[in-house]
Amino acid sequence: MTRLLEVQGLAKSYGGVHAVRGVSFGLAAGEILALIGPNGAGKSTCFNMLNGQIRPDTGTIRLEGRDTTGMRPRAVWRLGVGRTFQITATFASMTVRENVQVALLSHAHQLSVFHRFAGRSHAGEAEALLDLVGMRADAERPCGELAYGDLKRLELAIALANRPKLLLMDEPTAGMAPKERVELMRLTAAIAREQRIGVLFTEHDMDVVFEHADRVMVLNRGQLIAEGSPEAVRRDAQVRAIYLGEGLVYDARHREGRAA
Amino acid sequence: MEFLVVQFLTGLASAASLFLVASGLSIIFGVTRIVNFAHGAFYMLGAYLAYTLTERLEGAFGFWGGLVLAGLAVAALGALLEIVLLRRIYRAPELFQLLATFGVTLMVQDLVVVIWGPEDLVGRRAPGLRGAVEVFGQMVPSYDLFLIALGPVVLGLLWLVFKRTRWGVLVRAATQDRDMVAALGVNQKWLFTSVFALGVFLAGLGGALQIPRDAVSHAMDLRVIVEVFVVVVIGGLGSVFGAFVAAIVVSELNAFGILVMPKISLVLVFLVMAAVLVVRPWGLFGKPEGPARQAPGVSIRPWRPFSPGERIAVAAGVALAALLPLVAGDYALTVGSEIIIFALFAASLHFLMTVGGLASFGHAAYFGLGAYGAAFAAKAAGLPMEAALLAGPLLGLAGAALFGWFCVRLSGVYFAMLTLAFAQITWSVAFQWVEVTGGDNGILGVWPSPWAAGPRGFYWLALAVSAAGIAALRVLVFSPFGYGLRATRDSVLRAEAIGIDRGRVQWTAFVIAGTFAGVAGALFAFLKGSVFPENLAIPTSVDGLVMVLLGGIETVSGAVVGALVYKALAIWLMSQTELSKLVLGAVIVVLVVAFPKGIVGSVEELRARRNRSEPNGAAFGAAKMEAAE
Ligand SMILES: Nc1ncnc2c1ncn2[C@@H]1O[C@H](COP(=O)(O)OP(=O)(O)OP(=O)(O)O)[C@@H](O)[C@H]1O
Ligand SMILES: [Mg+2]
Repeated sequence: MTRLLEVQGLAKSYGGVHAVRGVSFGLAAGEILALIGPNGAGKSTCFNMLNGQIRPDTGTIRLEGRDTTGMRPRAVWRLGVGRTFQITATFASMTVRENVQVALLSHAHQLSVFHRFAGRSHAGEAEALLDLVGMRADAERPCGELAYGDLKRLELAIALANRPKLLLMDEPTAGMAPKERVELMRLTAAIAREQRIGVLFTEHDMDVVFEHADRVMVLNRGQLIAEGSPEAVRRDAQVRAIYLGEGLVYDARHREGRAA
Repeated sequence: MEFLVVQFLTGLASAASLFLVASGLSIIFGVTRIVNFAHGAFYMLGAYLAYTLTERLEGAFGFWGGLVLAGLAVAALGALLEIVLLRRIYRAPELFQLLATFGVTLMVQDLVVVIWGPEDLVGRRAPGLRGAVEVFGQMVPSYDLFLIALGPVVLGLLWLVFKRTRWGVLVRAATQDRDMVAALGVNQKWLFTSVFALGVFLAGLGGALQIPRDAVSHAMDLRVIVEVFVVVVIGGLGSVFGAFVAAIVVSELNAFGILVMPKISLVLVFLVMAAVLVVRPWGLFGKPEGPARQAPGVSIRPWRPFSPGERIAVAAGVALAALLPLVAGDYALTVGSEIIIFALFAASLHFLMTVGGLASFGHAAYFGLGAYGAAFAAKAAGLPMEAALLAGPLLGLAGAALFGWFCVRLSGVYFAMLTLAFAQITWSVAFQWVEVTGGDNGILGVWPSPWAAGPRGFYWLALAVSAAGIAALRVLVFSPFGYGLRATRDSVLRAEAIGIDRGRVQWTAFVIAGTFAGVAGALFAFLKGSVFPENLAIPTSVDGLVMVLLGGIETVSGAVVGALVYKALAIWLMSQTELSKLVLGAVIVVLVVAFPKGIVGSVEELRARRNRSEPNGAAFGAAKMEAAE
């Protein structure tokens, strides 16, 4: 049987910089796969290629056996891929509920409707999604005034609106307090297991990674250097070298910078 | 054949001064990220100052010295403007920067008339270059040959400055990465001022160099700025070499366009620009810009439809307006009709700008097309008014569909420049194609049907159509389509990631806005009984922008209030002063700097503040800061 996601020999370079090279992996439905690596390893570039935001130089991406390489993000989304961004991207001029409603309207192909009040459409579904991520009480709040952690949760709700088969989450918990991080990832994991959504996520917080990931891949300078169960990866000598060396220091600084 | 060579040389000579102006604009944009709309005004000032100086100063030295002095004087004025105005708005949204510098343009237009008078001035010929040189048996003015040589020389000098001087290296660094220069500890203020002064110097010099070739007039600023916009759109903003190449391309197209299509020569430029945009949206030598820093209209207070109370208030307002003919006289009703028509025009622009985040600087094109469409329908096809009012907007729709298709490929300042260029092209077609449009004489005798012929009848017609149009636009804002459109404005990234086709949605919005502007234009044609090219000229477009801004760019229906206040003020102002552009320009500048939320926006803010005593501005600020990381 074909797996949910099959990636073969993905590569992308900017000028002379090989951001990603020769990345291949697969992901099954309901599986939670972590992609870790130091800053600048190429994680976001991978995500951007997977959802069609940038076109890979070489390599193929297959979703349920179907080649999606080079498709536009909106086409990839229609095939059932939801994503969250490292730096949140939401609709600042709308309420929390409206943010989700737009995604639901789009999913239902209703955005070319020129009359009717959109504020009442899919209200129940929107409520349910917000409930799922624990933001029901904030439904009527302007999105522009949310704290960063809430924005991340809102993004998750938006990403779930098209009933995705695959969820791409680029640093879903960056900028959140440690307790919030654990909660959000627990929530994501529960949703994914229940709805059999495949999840690919990247994360700098190793506690989060090792608690939830079924499998872990390690990216360094654009290349996959290790892959396996969390325990195996944790024991991997090469990975330890990266994380005990410059990577970890840089990482800590990175996180501090964000908290400031 | 010989003739073609001479025509080619004439084109090259025109390219020189166009290149100077365009490269100045590009250099300024590269460092400050401001598209200096006032660049044409500085060009014009350069020409006027050069005229005065060369008249006063004697001899060859006086002439050439006069040209350079004029450029330097303009540079000083530019530096002053940068320090007084631009420093306040570097962080403002692009739209505000364009508008503020446009306000300056308006002020300068009136000022030059006050100082130099309304007549065109013919300057001195260049000493030593008065004659002509024979090329292939045809006479070419020696001054043209001088200009042809000057272009590459200036390009070379700029190259040297940027490559060989410390200042030039800093400018290049700043063009690539502004933060880096700040990190280097360079005095950024001084760098910006000097860059602005250099860019403006080039504009002033470009204007000064024109005086032996062309009469100096107070309309040359808009003419050149449109050409310059076309040049930078083709060559790529921020690229001096692109400006050089594109200036030649545009000038040659103009020179030969006259031969190929004497009536509508600008169409040729349009075709080339369109082709470049399709292949390379960022110009031949430009780099793709990131998304606009902040799309106009993004508000942090979500929009809501009217509450029942507000709905009653609006209905009462419309009812009151409908009762006006019972008390007002004919003149007041005619003015009232005009204001109401412009409310619809402003609402259509507002829809595109605030809801769609697309600041069009050429929205009058569709207003004017609607007016011409109605006039054609009434005069050429002999349709009655009712049918012409339906047919006219179709021309606005067609124009918006065609131009919009190109425009929505771009965003931010590129979008603004391109819409302006398209509007100008539409204007020149209306102006030049005399057989069809009547050219400057316009189309007269576009009369309404008998029932709407009186001021009263027409007032009611205008009110009914405009109110319906504005209501329809408002319904659109809150429709699923409106939500999708706002989504593309708020975050293109997120919109595309949830299946929204940005280009298609924005193009649809462009067509909708153009069609409603066309409806307003068709009404306007019947109100005036005539159509003129000025109906689709730049000042009409800017009127619309100011109405939206005055009403409040982050509001749903501010445009209507803005149109009422602005149009009433403008009509009153015209009757009070000769210097209406000076006042209007100053109003724009003040609005942008001191009152950016507009009337309705400010009222809403007051209300919000009163309703919620506990501000959560702090939380918002924190979220913003992190999100901006
Ligand atoms: N648009 C771009 N142009 C040039 N280089 C780029 C671009 N995008 C990414 N890169 C480079 O590609 C490499 C990988 O970047 P990427 O953002 O994928 O890393 P990352 O693993 O997501 O890092 P982080 O943990 O900081 O998010 C980096 O060296 C980066 O500088
Ligand atoms: Mg990243």
